Amino acid sequence: MSIGIQDVEHVAKLARLNLSDDEKERFTEQLNAILKYAEKLNELNTDDVQATTHVLPIKNVMREDEVRPSLPIERVMANAPEEEDGQFKVPAVLD
Amino acid sequence: MTPLDMTLAELRQALTDRKLSVSELVDASYQRITATEEQVQAFLTLNEEAAREQARQLDGRLAEGAALNMLAGLPAGVKDNIVTEGLRTTCASRFLDNYNPIYDGTVSRKLKAADVVTIGKLNMDEFAMGGSNENSAYQVTRNPWDLERVPGGSSGGSAASVAAGQVYFSLGSDTGGSIRQPASYCGVVGLKPTYGLVSRFGLVAFASSLDQIGPITKNVEDSAHVLQAIAGYDKMDSTSANVNVPNYAEALTGDVKGLRIGVPKEYIGQGVDPKVKEAVMQALQVFERLGATWEEISMPHTDYAVATYYLLASSEASSNLARFDGVRYGVRADNPDNLLDLYHQSRSQGFGTEVKRRIMLGTYALSSGYYDAYYLKAQKVRTLIKRDFDQAFERYDILLGPTAPTTAFRIGEQINDPLAMYLNDILTIPVSLAGVPAISVPCGLADGLPVGLQLIGKPFDEATVLRAAHAFEQDTEHHKLRPQL
Repeated sequence: MSIGIQDVEHVAKLARLNLSDDEKERFTEQLNAILKYAEKLNELNTDDVQATTHVLPIKNVMREDEVRPSLPIERVMANAPEEEDGQFKVPAVLD
Repeated sequence: MTPLDMTLAELRQALTDRKLSVSELVDASYQRITATEEQVQAFLTLNEEAAREQARQLDGRLAEGAALNMLAGLPAGVKDNIVTEGLRTTCASRFLDNYNPIYDGTVSRKLKAADVVTIGKLNMDEFAMGGSNENSAYQVTRNPWDLERVPGGSSGGSAASVAAGQVYFSLGSDTGGSIRQPASYCGVVGLKPTYGLVSRFGLVAFASSLDQIGPITKNVEDSAHVLQAIAGYDKMDSTSANVNVPNYAEALTGDVKGLRIGVPKEYIGQGVDPKVKEAVMQALQVFERLGATWEEISMPHTDYAVATYYLLASSEASSNLARFDGVRYGVRADNPDNLLDLYHQSRSQGFGTEVKRRIMLGTYALSSGYYDAYYLKAQKVRTLIKRDFDQAFERYDILLGPTAPTTAFRIGEQINDPLAMYLNDILTIPVSLAGVPAISVPCGLADGLPVGLQLIGKPFDEATVLRAAHAFEQDTEHHKLRPQL
Protein backbone atom coordinates (compact mmCIF):
# COMPACT_ATOMS: atom_id res chain seq x y z
CA MET A 1 0.00 0.00 0.00
CA SER A 2 1.49 3.32 -0.88
CA ILE A 3 0.16 6.77 -0.11
CA GLY A 4 0.25 9.87 -2.25
CA ILE A 5 0.15 13.61 -1.62
CA GLN A 6 -3.66 13.54 -1.66
CA ASP A 7 -3.73 10.97 1.14
CA VAL A 8 -1.33 13.11 3.16
CA GLU A 9 -3.58 16.15 2.59
CA HIS A 10 -6.60 14.15 3.74
CA VAL A 11 -4.84 12.90 6.88
CA ALA A 12 -3.56 16.40 7.64
CA LYS A 13 -7.15 17.63 7.54
CA LEU A 14 -8.22 14.89 9.94
CA ALA A 15 -5.29 15.77 12.21
CA ARG A 16 -6.11 19.50 12.08
CA LEU A 17 -2.74 20.40 10.62
CA ASN A 18 -1.82 22.76 7.80
CA LEU A 19 1.20 21.48 5.92
CA SER A 20 3.44 23.41 3.57
CA ASP A 21 4.07 21.97 0.10
CA ASP A 22 7.52 21.00 1.22
CA GLU A 23 6.14 19.21 4.31
CA LYS A 24 3.56 17.40 2.21
CA GLU A 25 6.24 16.06 -0.09
CA ARG A 26 8.59 15.05 2.68
CA PHE A 27 5.87 13.38 4.76
CA THR A 28 4.58 11.46 1.75
CA GLU A 29 8.04 10.05 1.22
CA GLN A 30 8.77 9.36 4.90
CA LEU A 31 5.35 7.94 5.78
CA ASN A 32 5.63 5.61 2.80
CA ALA A 33 8.99 4.38 4.05
CA ILE A 34 7.65 3.87 7.59
CA LEU A 35 4.44 2.16 6.42
CA LYS A 36 6.43 -0.07 4.06
CA TYR A 37 8.59 -1.07 7.01
CA ALA A 38 5.42 -1.70 9.07
CA GLU A 39 4.19 -4.14 6.45
CA LYS A 40 6.59 -6.70 7.86
CA LEU A 41 3.92 -7.28 10.53
CA ASN A 42 1.94 -9.04 7.81
CA GLU A 43 4.52 -11.84 7.88
CA LEU A 44 2.86 -12.93 11.13
CA ASN A 45 -0.41 -14.79 11.23
CA THR A 46 -2.44 -13.19 14.00
CA ASP A 47 -5.86 -14.68 13.20
CA ASP A 48 -6.16 -16.35 16.60
CA VAL A 49 -4.31 -13.72 18.59
CA GLN A 50 -6.14 -11.40 20.90
CA ALA A 51 -5.17 -7.73 20.65
CA THR A 52 -3.44 -6.26 23.69
CA THR A 53 -5.71 -3.71 25.30
CA HIS A 54 -3.75 -3.37 28.52
CA VAL A 55 -0.49 -4.94 29.69
CA LEU A 56 -1.78 -5.26 33.26
CA PRO A 57 -4.83 -7.26 34.31
CA ILE A 58 -6.66 -4.05 35.23
CA LYS A 59 -10.19 -3.42 34.06
CA ASN A 60 -13.11 -1.17 34.82
CA VAL A 61 -11.42 1.19 37.23
CA MET A 62 -14.32 2.95 38.94
CA ARG A 63 -14.65 5.50 41.68
CA GLU A 64 -17.53 6.91 43.64
CA ASP A 65 -19.22 9.80 41.85
CA GLU A 66 -18.75 12.24 44.67
CA VAL A 67 -19.20 15.98 44.52
CA ARG A 68 -15.87 17.68 45.12
CA PRO A 69 -14.80 21.28 44.95
CA SER A 70 -13.57 22.29 41.50
CA LEU A 71 -10.59 24.49 40.78
CA PRO A 72 -11.18 28.23 41.19
CA ILE A 73 -12.00 29.90 37.86
CA GLU A 74 -8.99 32.21 37.97
CA ARG A 75 -6.63 29.23 38.20
CA VAL A 76 -8.40 27.39 35.39
CA MET A 77 -8.00 30.52 33.28
CA ALA A 78 -4.39 31.11 34.31
CA ASN A 79 -2.95 29.79 31.03
CA ALA A 80 -5.78 30.82 28.70
CA PRO A 81 -4.53 32.56 25.53
CA GLU A 82 -7.73 34.64 25.51
CA GLU A 83 -10.47 34.85 28.09
CA GLU A 84 -13.49 36.93 28.91
CA ASP A 85 -15.69 36.84 32.00
CA GLY A 86 -14.15 33.59 33.22
CA GLN A 87 -14.62 31.84 29.89
CA PHE A 88 -12.26 30.71 27.13
CA LYS A 89 -12.76 32.99 24.16
CA VAL A 90 -12.83 31.55 20.64
CA PRO A 91 -14.01 32.83 17.24
CA ALA A 92 -17.78 32.74 16.75
CA VAL A 93 -19.09 29.27 15.96
CA LEU A 94 -22.53 30.48 14.83
CA ASP A 95 -23.30 33.50 12.66
CA MET B 1 35.26 16.91 43.90
CA THR B 2 31.96 18.60 44.73
CA PRO B 3 29.45 17.44 47.34
CA LEU B 4 27.38 16.14 44.40
CA ASP B 5 30.01 13.43 43.87
CA MET B 6 29.47 12.01 47.36
CA THR B 7 27.44 8.86 47.91
CA LEU B 8 23.98 9.10 49.40
CA ALA B 9 25.24 7.70 52.72
CA GLU B 10 28.13 10.20 52.83
CA LEU B 11 25.82 13.08 51.99
CA ARG B 12 23.29 12.18 54.64
CA GLN B 13 26.06 11.86 57.22
CA ALA B 14 27.54 15.21 56.25
CA LEU B 15 24.14 16.91 56.43
CA THR B 16 23.26 15.30 59.77
CA ASP B 17 26.66 16.20 61.24
CA ARG B 18 26.16 19.75 59.96
CA LYS B 19 29.44 19.56 58.03
CA LEU B 20 27.47 20.44 54.93
CA SER B 21 24.31 22.50 54.60
CA VAL B 22 21.56 21.96 52.06
CA SER B 23 22.22 25.51 50.86
CA GLU B 24 25.85 24.59 50.14
CA LEU B 25 24.68 21.50 48.30
CA VAL B 26 22.25 23.49 46.19
CA ASP B 27 24.97 26.10 45.61
CA ALA B 28 27.27 23.38 44.32
CA SER B 29 24.60 22.31 41.87
CA TYR B 30 24.07 25.82 40.43
CA GLN B 31 27.83 26.44 40.36
CA ARG B 32 28.34 23.29 38.34
CA ILE B 33 25.52 24.33 36.02
CA THR B 34 27.14 27.75 35.54
CA ALA B 35 30.46 26.08 34.76
CA THR B 36 29.18 23.46 32.32
CA GLU B 37 25.81 24.49 30.93
CA GLU B 38 27.22 26.43 28.00
CA GLN B 39 28.68 23.15 26.78
CA VAL B 40 25.98 20.68 27.84
CA GLN B 41 22.75 22.73 27.48
CA ALA B 42 20.68 20.34 29.57
CA PHE B 43 18.28 22.80 31.21
CA LEU B 44 15.28 24.61 29.76
CA THR B 45 14.25 26.36 32.99
CA LEU B 46 16.05 26.92 36.27
CA ASN B 47 14.22 27.14 39.58
CA GLU B 48 16.97 28.95 41.44
CA GLU B 49 15.07 31.30 43.71
CA ALA B 50 12.59 28.70 44.96
CA ALA B 51 15.32 26.06 45.30
CA ARG B 52 17.47 28.31 47.45
CA GLU B 53 14.51 29.24 49.62
CA GLN B 54 13.64 25.56 50.07
CA ALA B 55 17.28 24.86 50.99
CA ARG B 56 17.21 27.60 53.64
CA GLN B 57 14.06 26.12 55.14
CA LEU B 58 15.56 22.63 55.20
CA ASP B 59 18.68 23.99 56.87
CA GLY B 60 16.43 25.64 59.45
CA ARG B 61 14.75 22.34 60.19
CA LEU B 62 18.12 20.58 60.40
CA ALA B 63 19.32 23.18 62.87
CA GLU B 64 16.32 22.34 65.03
CA GLY B 65 17.42 18.71 64.95
CA ALA B 66 14.72 17.39 62.64
CA ALA B 67 15.23 13.90 61.19
CA LEU B 68 15.99 13.74 57.48
CA ASN B 69 14.09 11.95 54.74
CA MET B 70 16.27 9.63 52.69
CA LEU B 71 16.42 12.07 49.76
CA ALA B 72 16.13 15.33 51.71
CA GLY B 73 18.08 18.22 50.30
CA LEU B 74 19.23 16.41 47.18
CA PRO B 75 19.40 18.65 44.09
CA ALA B 76 17.37 17.03 41.34
CA GLY B 77 16.37 17.81 37.78
CA VAL B 78 12.98 16.97 36.31
CA LYS B 79 12.23 16.22 32.68
CA ASP B 80 10.18 19.02 31.20
CA ASN B 81 7.14 16.85 30.44
CA ILE B 82 6.36 16.40 34.15
CA VAL B 83 4.19 19.23 35.42
CA THR B 84 5.47 21.27 38.33
CA GLU B 85 3.22 23.83 39.95
CA GLY B 86 4.36 27.37 39.23
CA LEU B 87 7.43 26.17 37.31
CA ARG B 88 7.30 26.49 33.54
CA THR B 89 6.73 23.17 31.76
CA THR B 90 7.20 23.20 28.01
CA CYS B 91 7.70 19.60 26.85
CA ALA B 92 10.43 21.28 24.78
CA SER B 93 7.65 22.48 22.49
CA ARG B 94 6.87 25.97 21.22
CA PHE B 95 3.27 25.01 21.82
CA LEU B 96 3.77 25.20 25.58
CA ASP B 97 6.34 27.99 25.58
CA ASN B 98 4.41 30.01 28.15
CA TYR B 99 2.73 27.16 30.06
CA ASN B 100 2.88 27.51 33.82
CA PRO B 101 1.17 24.51 35.47
CA ILE B 102 -1.43 25.17 38.15
CA TYR B 103 -0.83 21.81 39.81
CA ASP B 104 1.89 19.29 40.61
CA GLY B 105 2.08 15.88 38.98
CA THR B 106 2.04 13.02 41.48
CA VAL B 107 5.80 12.45 41.21
CA SER B 108 6.46 16.19 41.63
CA ARG B 109 4.31 16.12 44.76
CA LYS B 110 6.17 13.05 46.05
CA LEU B 111 9.56 14.64 45.45
CA LYS B 112 8.44 17.69 47.40
CA ALA B 113 7.17 15.47 50.20
CA ALA B 114 10.60 13.81 50.29
CA ASP B 115 12.24 17.27 50.57
CA VAL B 116 14.06 16.87 47.27
CA VAL B 117 15.13 20.25 45.85
CA THR B 118 14.06 20.75 42.24
CA ILE B 119 16.92 22.59 40.52
CA GLY B 120 15.18 23.01 37.17
CA LYS B 121 13.50 21.43 34.18
CA LEU B 122 15.47 19.39 31.71
CA ASN B 123 15.59 19.41 27.94
CA MET B 124 14.03 16.59 25.94
CA ASP B 125 12.77 15.73 22.50
CA GLU B 126 9.55 17.65 21.87
CA PHE B 127 6.68 15.82 23.59
CA ALA B 128 9.18 12.99 24.26
CA MET B 129 9.24 12.07 20.57
CA GLY B 130 12.76 11.26 19.55
CA GLY B 131 15.91 9.39 20.37
CA SER B 132 18.52 12.13 20.37
CA ASN B 133 17.28 15.42 21.89
CA GLU B 134 17.63 17.00 18.46
CA ASN B 135 13.85 17.37 18.28
CA SER B 136 13.72 19.91 21.11
CA ALA B 137 12.26 23.21 19.93
CA TYR B 138 14.82 25.07 22.04
CA GLN B 139 18.29 23.54 22.04
CA VAL B 140 20.28 20.39 21.39
CA THR B 141 21.65 18.95 24.62
CA ARG B 142 25.12 17.54 24.17
CA ASN B 143 26.64 14.34 25.43
CA PRO B 144 29.09 15.23 28.25
CA TRP B 145 31.42 12.45 27.04
CA ASP B 146 31.73 13.99 23.58
CA LEU B 147 30.08 17.33 22.90
CA GLU B 148 29.74 16.51 19.20
CA ARG B 149 27.47 13.59 20.04
CA VAL B 150 23.85 13.31 21.13
CA PRO B 151 23.01 12.46 24.74
CA GLY B 152 20.25 10.15 23.52
CA GLY B 153 16.56 10.80 23.87
CA SER B 154 14.03 11.68 24.76
CA SER B 155 15.28 12.10 28.37
CA GLY B 156 18.65 13.32 27.06
CA GLY B 157 18.67 16.40 29.27
CA SER B 158 17.96 14.25 32.31
CA ALA B 159 20.82 11.84 31.54
CA ALA B 160 23.33 14.51 30.49
CA SER B 161 22.65 16.58 33.59
CA VAL B 162 23.44 13.65 35.91
CA ALA B 163 26.49 12.61 33.86
CA ALA B 164 27.80 16.19 33.95
CA GLY B 165 27.40 16.32 37.74
CA GLN B 166 24.93 19.22 37.56
CA VAL B 167 22.32 17.48 39.71
CA TYR B 168 22.41 14.54 42.09
CA PHE B 169 19.71 12.68 40.21
CA SER B 170 16.96 13.35 37.72
CA LEU B 171 13.61 12.05 36.59
CA GLY B 172 12.97 11.00 33.03
CA SER B 173 10.16 9.30 31.20
CA ASP B 174 10.40 6.20 29.04
CA THR B 175 7.97 5.32 26.27
CA GLY B 176 10.13 3.20 23.94
CA GLY B 177 13.44 3.47 25.77
CA SER B 178 13.68 7.16 26.58
CA ILE B 179 15.20 6.62 30.03
CA ARG B 180 17.41 3.63 29.27
CA GLN B 181 18.88 4.71 25.92
CA PRO B 182 20.11 8.16 27.07
CA ALA B 183 21.36 6.61 30.33
CA SER B 184 23.33 4.17 28.21
CA TYR B 185 24.75 6.90 25.96
CA CYS B 186 25.70 9.10 28.94
CA GLY B 187 27.13 6.39 31.22
CA VAL B 188 24.59 6.66 34.03
CA VAL B 189 21.92 4.39 35.53
CA GLY B 190 18.38 4.61 34.11
CA LEU B 191 15.41 2.59 35.36
CA LYS B 192 12.11 2.12 33.56
CA PRO B 193 9.67 0.71 36.13
CA THR B 194 6.88 -1.75 35.37
CA TYR B 195 3.99 -0.01 33.61
CA GLY B 196 1.64 1.16 36.34
CA LEU B 197 4.13 1.22 39.23
CA VAL B 198 4.72 4.97 39.08
CA SER B 199 1.76 7.31 38.61
CA ARG B 200 1.51 9.09 35.27
CA PHE B 201 -0.75 11.80 36.70
CA GLY B 202 0.86 15.06 35.62
CA LEU B 203 3.07 13.48 32.98
CA VAL B 204 2.12 15.08 29.67
CA ALA B 205 0.88 12.04 27.77
CA PHE B 206 2.67 10.82 24.65
CA ALA B 207 1.63 7.16 24.36
CA SER B 208 -0.46 6.40 27.40
CA SER B 209 -0.16 2.62 27.28
CA LEU B 210 3.64 2.83 27.31
CA ASP B 211 4.75 5.96 29.19
CA GLN B 212 6.45 5.45 32.56
CA ILE B 213 8.40 7.87 34.75
CA GLY B 214 11.65 6.65 36.27
CA PRO B 215 14.93 7.72 37.90
CA ILE B 216 18.27 8.52 36.27
CA THR B 217 21.08 8.26 38.82
CA LYS B 218 24.81 7.72 39.17
CA ASN B 219 24.45 4.29 40.74
CA VAL B 220 21.93 1.54 41.42
CA GLU B 221 21.52 2.24 45.12
CA ASP B 222 20.35 5.78 44.39
CA SER B 223 18.00 4.39 41.77
CA ALA B 224 16.40 2.12 44.39
CA HIS B 225 15.89 5.04 46.79
CA VAL B 226 14.41 7.37 44.17
CA LEU B 227 12.09 4.62 42.93
CA GLN B 228 10.98 4.05 46.52
CA ALA B 229 10.02 7.71 46.78
CA ILE B 230 7.96 7.85 43.57
CA ALA B 231 6.38 4.37 43.31
CA GLY B 232 2.93 3.41 44.50
CA TYR B 233 -0.77 3.39 43.77
CA ASP B 234 -2.41 6.67 42.82
CA LYS B 235 -6.13 7.06 42.48
CA MET B 236 -5.56 9.99 40.12
CA ASP B 237 -4.22 7.58 37.46
CA SER B 238 -6.66 4.90 36.35
CA THR B 239 -3.78 2.80 35.00
CA SER B 240 -1.94 2.91 38.33
CA ALA B 241 -1.39 -0.58 39.73
CA ASN B 242 -2.59 -1.28 43.22
CA VAL B 243 0.34 -3.45 44.26
CA ASN B 244 2.53 -3.71 47.29
CA VAL B 245 5.72 -1.64 47.01
CA PRO B 246 8.60 -3.58 48.59
CA ASN B 247 11.69 -2.05 50.20
CA TYR B 248 14.01 -1.78 47.21
CA ALA B 249 17.14 -0.81 49.16
CA GLU B 250 16.83 -3.99 51.25
CA ALA B 251 16.89 -6.01 48.04
CA LEU B 252 20.46 -4.82 47.32
CA THR B 253 22.22 -7.76 48.94
CA GLY B 254 25.04 -8.14 46.42
CA ASP B 255 24.09 -11.80 46.11
CA VAL B 256 23.19 -13.24 42.70
CA LYS B 257 24.08 -16.87 43.41
CA GLY B 258 21.72 -19.11 41.50
CA LEU B 259 20.19 -16.22 39.54
CA ARG B 260 19.03 -17.55 36.17
CA ILE B 261 19.80 -15.19 33.30
CA GLY B 262 18.38 -15.49 29.79
CA VAL B 263 20.26 -13.78 26.97
CA PRO B 264 18.04 -13.29 23.91
CA LYS B 265 20.16 -14.04 20.85
CA GLU B 266 18.22 -11.38 18.95
CA TYR B 267 19.63 -8.75 21.36
CA ILE B 268 23.25 -9.55 20.57
CA GLY B 269 22.87 -10.34 16.88
CA GLN B 270 22.96 -8.37 13.66
CA GLY B 271 23.18 -4.61 13.97
CA VAL B 272 24.82 -4.65 17.38
CA ASP B 273 28.25 -3.02 17.36
CA PRO B 274 30.90 -5.71 18.08
CA LYS B 275 32.44 -3.54 20.81
CA VAL B 276 29.06 -3.13 22.50
CA LYS B 277 28.56 -6.87 22.33
CA GLU B 278 32.00 -7.47 23.78
CA ALA B 279 31.29 -5.24 26.80
CA VAL B 280 28.01 -7.08 27.39
CA MET B 281 29.66 -10.51 27.13
CA GLN B 282 32.24 -9.40 29.68
CA ALA B 283 29.41 -8.38 31.99
CA LEU B 284 28.00 -11.88 31.63
CA GLN B 285 31.32 -13.27 32.83
CA VAL B 286 31.02 -11.10 35.93
CA PHE B 287 27.60 -12.57 36.68
CA GLU B 288 28.96 -16.06 36.08
CA ARG B 289 31.80 -15.45 38.48
CA LEU B 290 29.30 -14.20 41.08
CA GLY B 291 27.39 -17.46 40.87
CA ALA B 292 24.63 -16.73 38.36
CA THR B 293 23.94 -19.01 35.41
CA TRP B 294 23.04 -17.95 31.88
CA GLU B 295 21.76 -19.40 28.66
CA GLU B 296 21.15 -18.03 25.22
CA ILE B 297 17.45 -17.95 24.40
CA SER B 298 15.26 -16.74 21.58
CA MET B 299 12.66 -13.98 21.63
CA PRO B 300 11.30 -14.69 18.16
CA HIS B 301 9.14 -11.57 17.77
CA THR B 302 11.86 -9.02 18.59
CA ASP B 303 12.25 -8.06 14.95
CA TYR B 304 8.63 -6.88 14.81
CA ALA B 305 8.80 -4.63 17.86
CA VAL B 306 9.90 -1.38 16.20
CA ALA B 307 7.12 -1.43 13.60
CA THR B 308 4.59 -2.36 16.27
CA TYR B 309 5.80 0.39 18.54
CA TYR B 310 5.74 3.18 16.01
CA LEU B 311 2.22 2.35 14.89
CA LEU B 312 0.88 2.13 18.44
CA ALA B 313 2.83 5.01 19.96
CA SER B 314 1.99 7.31 17.06
CA SER B 315 -1.68 6.35 17.21
CA GLU B 316 -1.85 7.12 20.90
CA ALA B 317 0.11 10.33 20.35
CA SER B 318 -2.25 11.54 17.64
CA SER B 319 -5.12 11.01 20.05
CA ASN B 320 -3.38 12.53 23.12
CA LEU B 321 -2.15 15.56 21.22
CA ALA B 322 -5.65 16.38 19.98
CA ARG B 323 -6.05 18.35 23.21
CA PHE B 324 -3.56 20.92 21.96
CA ASP B 325 -5.99 23.17 20.15
CA GLY B 326 -4.93 26.65 21.20
CA VAL B 327 -8.03 27.27 23.31
CA ARG B 328 -7.22 26.59 26.96
CA TYR B 329 -3.42 26.88 27.09
CA GLY B 330 -0.43 27.09 24.82
CA VAL B 331 0.04 28.98 21.58
CA ARG B 332 -2.87 30.48 19.72
CA ALA B 333 -2.82 31.65 16.13
CA ASP B 334 -3.28 35.41 15.77
CA ASN B 335 -5.96 35.96 13.13
CA PRO B 336 -7.98 32.80 12.58
CA ASP B 337 -10.83 32.86 10.05
CA ASN B 338 -12.97 30.64 12.25
CA LEU B 339 -12.75 28.05 15.04
CA LEU B 340 -11.52 25.26 12.77
CA ASP B 341 -8.88 27.55 11.34
CA LEU B 342 -7.82 28.42 14.90
CA TYR B 343 -7.14 24.73 15.58
CA HIS B 344 -5.31 24.24 12.29
CA GLN B 345 -3.14 27.32 12.57
CA SER B 346 -2.33 26.96 16.27
CA ARG B 347 -1.29 23.32 15.88
CA SER B 348 0.73 23.98 12.75
CA GLN B 349 2.61 26.82 14.41
CA GLY B 350 3.07 25.06 17.74
CA PHE B 351 4.26 21.58 16.77
CA GLY B 352 7.68 20.70 15.37
CA THR B 353 8.41 18.35 12.48
CA GLU B 354 8.79 15.06 14.37
CA VAL B 355 5.58 15.67 16.31
CA LYS B 356 3.68 16.43 13.11
CA ARG B 357 5.15 13.34 11.46
CA ARG B 358 3.97 11.10 14.31
CA ILE B 359 0.54 12.72 14.46
CA MET B 360 0.24 12.09 10.74
CA LEU B 361 1.34 8.45 11.04
CA GLY B 362 -0.99 7.86 14.00
CA THR B 363 -3.96 9.57 12.40
CA TYR B 364 -3.43 7.48 9.29
CA ALA B 365 -3.12 4.22 11.27
CA LEU B 366 -6.36 4.99 13.10
CA SER B 367 -8.29 6.31 10.13
CA SER B 368 -11.26 4.58 8.58
CA GLY B 369 -10.18 1.70 6.36
CA TYR B 370 -6.69 1.38 7.85
CA TYR B 371 -7.45 0.74 11.53
CA ASP B 372 -7.54 -3.06 11.14
CA ALA B 373 -4.50 -3.23 8.89
CA TYR B 374 -2.27 -1.10 11.08
CA TYR B 375 -3.50 -0.32 14.61
CA LEU B 376 -5.31 -3.57 15.35
CA LYS B 377 -2.61 -5.66 13.69
CA ALA B 378 0.02 -3.96 15.83
CA GLN B 379 -1.96 -4.60 19.03
CA LYS B 380 -2.09 -8.29 18.10
CA VAL B 381 1.62 -8.45 17.42
CA ARG B 382 2.11 -6.72 20.75
CA THR B 383 0.42 -9.71 22.37
CA LEU B 384 2.94 -12.02 20.66
CA ILE B 385 5.84 -9.86 21.86
CA LYS B 386 4.49 -9.91 25.40
CA ARG B 387 4.17 -13.70 25.19
CA ASP B 388 7.88 -13.97 24.35
CA PHE B 389 8.55 -12.31 27.70
CA ASP B 390 6.00 -14.39 29.63
CA GLN B 391 7.58 -17.57 28.28
CA ALA B 392 11.14 -16.44 28.97
CA PHE B 393 10.27 -15.54 32.55
CA GLU B 394 8.96 -19.05 33.17
CA ARG B 395 12.59 -20.17 33.05
CA TYR B 396 14.70 -17.12 33.85
CA ASP B 397 14.78 -14.52 36.64
CA ILE B 398 16.11 -11.77 34.43
CA LEU B 399 16.95 -11.18 30.78
CA LEU B 400 20.14 -9.44 29.77
CA GLY B 401 21.42 -7.63 26.70
CA PRO B 402 22.79 -4.30 25.54
CA THR B 403 20.60 -1.23 26.07
CA ALA B 404 21.30 0.15 22.61
CA PRO B 405 22.97 -1.42 19.56
CA THR B 406 25.64 1.31 19.39
CA THR B 407 27.18 4.05 21.48
CA ALA B 408 26.04 7.68 21.10
CA PHE B 409 25.98 8.85 17.50
CA ARG B 410 27.00 12.26 16.15
CA ILE B 411 24.64 15.22 16.22
CA GLY B 412 22.95 15.57 12.83
CA GLU B 413 23.96 12.09 11.67
CA GLN B 414 20.47 10.58 11.59
CA ILE B 415 18.15 13.56 11.78
CA ASN B 416 16.86 13.26 8.21
CA ASP B 417 16.23 9.53 8.37
CA PRO B 418 13.43 8.84 10.86
CA LEU B 419 13.52 5.10 10.25
CA ALA B 420 17.24 4.86 11.06
CA MET B 421 16.63 6.90 14.21
CA TYR B 422 13.73 4.63 15.23
CA LEU B 423 15.97 1.55 14.93
CA ASN B 424 18.25 2.82 17.72
CA ASP B 425 15.47 1.81 20.10
CA ILE B 426 15.23 -1.77 18.86
CA LEU B 427 16.51 -3.25 22.15
CA THR B 428 14.45 -1.12 24.51
CA ILE B 429 11.12 -1.11 22.66
CA PRO B 430 10.12 -4.77 23.22
CA VAL B 431 10.38 -4.21 26.99
CA SER B 432 8.11 -1.17 26.77
CA LEU B 433 5.52 -3.04 24.71
CA ALA B 434 5.48 -5.83 27.31
CA GLY B 435 5.27 -3.33 30.18
CA VAL B 436 8.04 -5.02 32.19
CA PRO B 437 10.77 -3.25 34.18
CA ALA B 438 14.34 -2.77 32.93
CA ILE B 439 17.45 -0.95 34.00
CA SER B 440 20.45 0.32 32.06
CA VAL B 441 23.78 0.32 33.91
CA PRO B 442 27.20 1.30 32.57
CA CYS B 443 29.27 -1.76 31.58
CA GLY B 444 32.33 -0.23 29.98
CA LEU B 445 33.50 2.04 27.20
CA ALA B 446 33.77 1.50 23.47
CA ASP B 447 36.11 3.98 21.77
CA GLY B 448 35.82 6.20 24.84
CA LEU B 449 32.02 6.25 24.86
CA PRO B 450 29.79 4.55 27.49
CA VAL B 451 28.07 1.24 26.82
CA GLY B 452 24.88 0.35 28.68
CA LEU B 453 23.93 -3.09 29.97
CA GLN B 454 20.19 -3.73 30.07
CA LEU B 455 18.69 -6.00 32.73
CA ILE B 456 15.03 -6.85 32.26
CA GLY B 457 12.73 -8.25 34.97
CA LYS B 458 9.34 -9.79 35.56
CA PRO B 459 6.40 -7.40 36.05
CA PHE B 460 6.74 -5.62 39.42
CA ASP B 461 9.98 -7.44 40.17
CA GLU B 462 12.09 -4.27 40.25
CA ALA B 463 13.73 -5.73 43.37
CA THR B 464 15.47 -8.50 41.38
CA VAL B 465 16.44 -6.13 38.57
CA LEU B 466 17.99 -3.73 41.09
CA ARG B 467 19.66 -6.54 43.03
CA ALA B 468 21.31 -7.95 39.90
CA ALA B 469 22.36 -4.49 38.66
CA HIS B 470 23.73 -3.60 42.09
CA ALA B 471 25.73 -6.84 42.39
CA PHE B 472 27.29 -6.15 38.99
CA GLU B 473 28.08 -2.59 39.99
CA GLN B 474 29.68 -3.65 43.27
CA ASP B 475 32.02 -5.94 41.37
CA THR B 476 33.04 -3.41 38.71
CA GLU B 477 34.17 0.20 38.42
CA HIS B 478 32.34 1.24 35.24
CA HIS B 479 29.76 3.40 37.01
CA LYS B 480 32.54 5.46 38.62
CA LEU B 481 33.86 6.70 35.28
CA ARG B 482 33.01 10.36 34.64
CA PRO B 483 33.35 12.46 31.51
CA GLN B 484 36.00 15.19 31.45
CA LEU B 485 34.24 18.50 31.10
